[in-house]
Formats: sequence, C-alpha cells, structure tokens
Amino acid sequence: MHFAFTDEQAMIAETAKTFFAENATSERTRAAMADTGIDKALWQAFTSELGLAGVAIPEALGGVGLGMVELAIFAEEAGRHTAALPLLASLGLAAPAILAGGTDEQKARFLPRIASGELMASFAAVNMGGTPGATLSDGTLTGAALLVPHGASTDLFVVAADNGVAIVERGALGLGITPLTSMDQTRPYARLDFGGVAVETLADPRAAVHAALTTGWLAIAADALGGAQACLDRTVAYTQERIQFGRSIGSFQAVKHRLADMMVAIEQARSAVYWAACAIDERSDEAAFAVHAAKAFACDTYTHCAGEMIQLHGGIGFTWEHDAHLYFKRARSNASLLGTPDWHREQVAGLAGLDDAA
Amino acid sequence: MKLGFSPEEEVFRAEAAAWLKAELEGAFADVRGLTSLTEMPERRRDWERRLGDAGWSCVGWPRAYGGRDATLAQQVIFAEEYARAGAPPRLNHIGIELAGPTILAFGSEEQKARFLPAIARGEEIWCQGYSEPGAGSDLANVRTRAWREGGDWVIEGQKVWTSLAQFSDWIFVIARTEEGSKGPKGLSFLLVPVDQSGVTVRPIHQITGEAEFNETFFDDARTAAESILGEPGDGWKVAMGLLGFERGVSTLAQQMGFRNELDAVIAAARANGEAKNPLIRQRIAKAEIGLKLMRYGALRMLTDAEGGRLNPSALTYKIQWATWRRDLGELAMDVLGQAGETVAGHEYAFPALPNLFLYSRADTIYGGTNEIQRNIIAERALGLPREPRGDLK
Ligand SMILES: Cc1cc2nc3c(=O)[nH]c(=O)nc-3n(C[C@H](O)[C@H](O)[C@H](O)COP(=O)(O)OP(=O)(O)OC[C@H]3O[C@@H](n4cnc5c(N)ncnc54)[C@H](O)[C@@H]3O)c2cc1C
Repeated sequence: MHFAFTDEQAMIAETAKTFFAENATSERTRAAMADTGIDKALWQAFTSELGLAGVAIPEALGGVGLGMVELAIFAEEAGRHTAALPLLASLGLAAPAILAGGTDEQKARFLPRIASGELMASFAAVNMGGTPGATLSDGTLTGAALLVPHGASTDLFVVAADNGVAIVERGALGLGITPLTSMDQTRPYARLDFGGVAVETLADPRAAVHAALTTGWLAIAADALGGAQACLDRTVAYTQERIQFGRSIGSFQAVKHRLADMMVAIEQARSAVYWAACAIDERSDEAAFAVHAAKAFACDTYTHCAGEMIQLHGGIGFTWEHDAHLYFKRARSNASLLGTPDWHREQVAGLAGLDDAA
Repeated sequence: MKLGFSPEEEVFRAEAAAWLKAELEGAFADVRGLTSLTEMPERRRDWERRLGDAGWSCVGWPRAYGGRDATLAQQVIFAEEYARAGAPPRLNHIGIELAGPTILAFGSEEQKARFLPAIARGEEIWCQGYSEPGAGSDLANVRTRAWREGGDWVIEGQKVWTSLAQFSDWIFVIARTEEGSKGPKGLSFLLVPVDQSGVTVRPIHQITGEAEFNETFFDDARTAAESILGEPGDGWKVAMGLLGFERGVSTLAQQMGFRNELDAVIAAARANGEAKNPLIRQRIAKAEIGLKLMRYGALRMLTDAEGGRLNPSALTYKIQWATWRRDLGELAMDVLGQAGETVAGHEYAFPALPNLFLYSRADTIYGGTNEIQRNIIAERALGLPREPRGDLK
C-alpha cells in the first residue's frame, strides 16, 4: 500500500503540468472555441512531440504502456486549463473500446495511429443521453447518435449501437455529420446520422463498451478534478487582490469559509479520482464502485467550485472575457456526459447492497 | 501508486484477526460490539490491559515503550481488523491518540519510559484538559494558572467538557505559568494526576442523556516539577503539535466504526422498505462514497506522512468526517421515521441509531468546530488573511 505517486508518476505529473500551463493558454483555447473546438497544434504537440498520448495504450501498439493513474494525470492537467483537445473522445473513450473489443488486426490498424495523433477518434454511446438509437444489420448501421463529443472534427467513430459496436470512418457513404453549437465550446458535440452505413464491427462489443465507459468516466472525473482545483486557485488569488471596504475580500469570513469548503470537496475528489484509477489498474473488486463514485463526486465538486468562482468574482466573473465561464460550462458538460451524478450514485446504491433481501 | 497489500502484510492481517477473534469470542465476548464509551468501564479497562499485555495496544509505537514497531500498512490493517472484529471503542483513546504521541514527540527519555508503557498496557487512562468556560474555540485564552512551589507545580482553575475524566488517572492541562501573560505566550503543558484532593470531577449530562464529559476543578492541585512537556512557556507549541496527532492512523479505526454505523442504517432501510425510496438511495450512496473518500484521503495523508511530507489536505479531514457523521445521523432518523423517536422503558437512553443522530451534533463542535476548521483551512492551506482579534473580555 502506497497511496502517493511513484517517482516516475511524479515526473509525468510535472511534465504534464508544465506542458499544459505553457501551451494550453486561455488565448489558444479561445481561438479553438471560435473555430472547431480543437487546438490542433496543441494536439499535435501533445501526441507527437510529447509522445504521451498513448499513455494507456500498450507499447506494442504504439503507446507508452502505462495505466489509468497516468491517464488521469494528463486528464487532470488538461482539465485544469480547459484544454480544447479530444483527449476524452480519442484516448478516454475510443481507444479503450478498440483495445478491449477489437481483433488483433483492428487494434494494429487503429491504435498506433490514434496514439500518434494521426487519427482523432470519438465514441458514440447511443443509449446514453437520450438518443434514438442505432442498429446494425448485415454490416450496415442505421439510426443516429445525438451527442458525439468533438464529432464534427474526428476522423473515426466507435459507435455503441443497440446490437453491437461499429467503427465508422469519416467520409463513409451514408454518414451525416451535423455540428451542434454547444454550450461548452471546448468540447462541442455533433449529431451523427447513419443511413445504412457499411461498417466493420468490434469482436467483443461488451468488453468494448465496458472499457470505454470505465475509462471515460475516470477521464471525465480527472478533468473535473483539475478544473475544480483551477477554480479554487484562481479564486483564492483574486480574493487576495480585490479590495472592498478597505480590505481584501478574501479576509471576509463568508468568503474564506466558502473557499475552505471548496478545498474540502476538492481533496475528496482527488482521493476519488486516484482511488478509481488504482482500482481499475489493480483490477480491484472495488473498481466499478470507485469509478462511479469518482464520476459523481468529482463532477459535483466541479459544478460547485465553478459556480463559486463566478460568485466570488462578482461582475467580472460574469463576463465572456474572464475564464470563469469556461470552467462553469465544462463542469456542466462533464456532469451530464455519460451519466449524471445522480445516475452514478444510483449505481453505487445498487453496489452497496440496497437491493439485497432484508 | 498502489492500494493493495503485500503477502507479508496479509500474514500480519491474519495474525491480528485470529487474535482478536479468539479474545472477543472468548474472555471478552461481553465487550464485543459495545459502542458507547461510558458502558462497562471496568471491563473496558480489562480489555485495555489485555491488548497491552499481548502487544496489540499501540502497534505503531516503538517496542521499547510497549508498542509493536508496526509499519504504516500494518497499523492500517490492525485498525481495520480491530473494527471488523467488533472490538469496542478504546476507553483510553485520549491516552493512545493524544497523550501518547505528544509524549513521544516532546517528552524526555524519562517521561517516555515513565508514561508510555503504562498507556500501552492500559494501566493509566488519560483525559484532555484544554477547554475552559472562557476558552473554547479561543483556546489560547486559558485562565487556569500554575506555579512552582518547592518540588511541585500547583494548579488553580477550572476546565470544562473534559471527556472521560471520571475514568481517568491522568489529565494533561494547559495552564498559564507566566503571570500576566496573554494569549499563546506563557502557557505550559502539565501532566497532572486526577486522583488527588485538589482535583474535583463533576459529570455533565449531554443531550443524549449520558454523561461522558465533565467539569474539572483544580484547587491547590499538585503535580511533580518534572511533569511538564517541553519547557515552561512552551505549552502552546506542544498543544498545537498535538493537533497534528488527532489526524493519525486512529482515523482509520474510527472509520471502521462509521462503517458499522452505515451498515446499521442500510440494514434498517432494507428492513422497512426505505431502501427502495430513490431519495434515500441517493443519500445512502452519498454516505457510501463519503466513507470511501475518507478512507482513501486518510491513506494519502498517511502515505505522505510516512515519507516525511505534510499533506495540506490533512487539514480538511476533521470537517470532512464530522460533517459526514452528522449527515449520517440525520439519514438514520429519516430512514427510521417516527419510530426512531421513542424508546421503551423509563430511561432516557436511545439505541445506537437515534443516539447517533444526537451524538453526532458534538462531532462538529469538539476538537475544533467546523467554523474553526474552515478558518484553519482558509488561513493555513489557502493563505488567506487571518481573522482579526477583538478586545472584549
Ligand atoms: C462531546 C464533547 C466532548 C469534548 N471533550 C473535550 C475534552 O475532552 N477536552 C477538552 O478540553 N475539551 C473538550 N470539548 C470542548 C470542545 O473542544 C469545545 O466545545 C470547542 O472547542 C468549542 O468551544 P466552545 O464550546 O467554547 O464554543 P465557542 O468557542 O463559544 O463557539 C460557539 C460557536 O461560535 C463559533 N465560533 C467561535 N469562534 C469563531 C470564529 N473565530 N469564527 C467563526 N465562528 C466562531 C463556533 O464555531 C461555534 O459555532 C468537548 C466538547 C464536546 C461537545
């Protein structure tokens, strides 16, 4: 038992911190928001220059061969800067689906290109988010997926249809892609319509969906953790600078206590995220419980902290120019994507034995 | 990062579990499953002694002082097995968790040899004499005075809310030893025997109906000149060092107790159908998640402490567990419904869950109230300005 980063993990965390702080600036994120929602140069740098995009993809498939703890570290740092990247879509959802459910040939064909950044992929879970559904028959896919993260920009889609998991390439005949103006412009959604698209399927759809959701929930939770921490850090800094009534607003107890409550929640979210990451890596019996707990808790924490950030900044916090709304909107998107906190808690209730006989 | 335990650690677990089981199904079956601290004090003392004799009392302390030199992981494991076995809360928890670690950190060699083995063997029970009528959250405002007279310290004053003083042999007292000093200056940390004519203990009844805490009066009370931790005037430093120990491995043992309480709430919900109520399910899930996060938060904090790093998240632990338990008390009553508000017989003594609802109101008060915890977090962890001091008496 050693619940702290190893030296190697601490180094990775340092690298990730520096990389995102230097590159994922507010300016660049805003430029991406006004465009496709992806900072392509940043993605290029992250995948090819840093070479760490495939943290959780095996080395034989072009990845780095590390695990969920390392993936969470990157997601946390990306979240801290609301980086406009398909980190969740490509690495948190699509890649694990292919890794867990694809044939050796499919893995070899797709994963090295996802790890290198050459392919950006996304994932459509048609049964979550109120979508009408999509069905496979005779190698074709028919139906729709309503809310596909970064769907207007990605090259490849892993679609969890009602009766199997399909891989759909951008440009496939019969595939309609409609970009959607999205509240969170750092992770815009697109609608996909499948009009009898000829597709290939993954060999083990159950394993694919399970891996995608588990990794995706963890990545969202880690993003939420980083975002919430940024909300606290920036708000603490602001309340120390801003003077009203002849004192810094951070000296008012009403303000101090709210900041303290943010920290109390964030420290729990941090435990939740890294507990879940370890539990998945160690194949612990607690893994399912942990990842539901992390998704619910970290997303609630982010929502709370981003709201407090706006409130404690006053008017400036309500401007487009200030970054508070980037966090506030990403917090909203994180909370609703792939199961709300209430839904995840309901899963925990089941796992806690509430349905066992009295 | 690694959560699992090694095979050697699992061997240690099996050894601890086997010993606990044998005792609690054998000679100590009568104290198994007790939850209140005031029940069967004499048997509780026997249990403390038994733990001490077998070397299972203060497993993390050095062997030389009655401990077992256990590693952090072993301490964690023992805490888990202790609660899993249904062993009762430690009558001497203040000695084990507060007095002992403080003596280890600040005591002289003689003091360690004199006091620690007696705590580990359950021979001397301790209580904490900090709060006074005029010094609660503002602890530095203590008025109890002490001065040297020959080979003794003489103590005059009053402490209040002294938990378990009625069962204790020793009390550690913060007293003002520099005349005219104010605030944290001029205080000393004295170790005082309770059983003497100069010390009077009067129980105070709490909202639960029990009397766990007391008023403690010092009137020409005495202790030996050498019964002081640190130098005269160092009292505040020693007392603040002690606050750090309130967040040690004992938190994990405490959490296992919380586990039992939450299990009781779940059992009640399953029995009366509330387990199907979606609102109750949400709250139980929140409690489950909160409990796990306490555990993993504690493991983070302890891993860091073992590596010699102080994790600022340690400052968030008290408000976290206290609030969690208060919420659990409310949840327990909502699960039980009105049935939880009555009890058969004439004695004002409620069963475990309704009692939890009442008792947990103290959790957010003692050991630094939630508001004081927020001040501490804001000032020490976040670096915000300190609260201004007034000058009213
Ligand atoms: C069950 C129980 C057991 C206890 N056991 C012991 C023991 O063994 N030994 C011992 O020494 N003491 C013990 N205590 C005492 C406990 O530590 C004090 O009650 C506690 O420190 C609060 O002090 P107080 O009661 O004087 O409340 P006060 O300090 O008067 O506080 C009253 C209210 O004012 C708020 N407040 C005070 N100052 C501030 C501030 N600066 N900012 C914001 N809000 C503030 C508090 O949060 C609280 O809500 C025990 C208490 C209880 C309830």
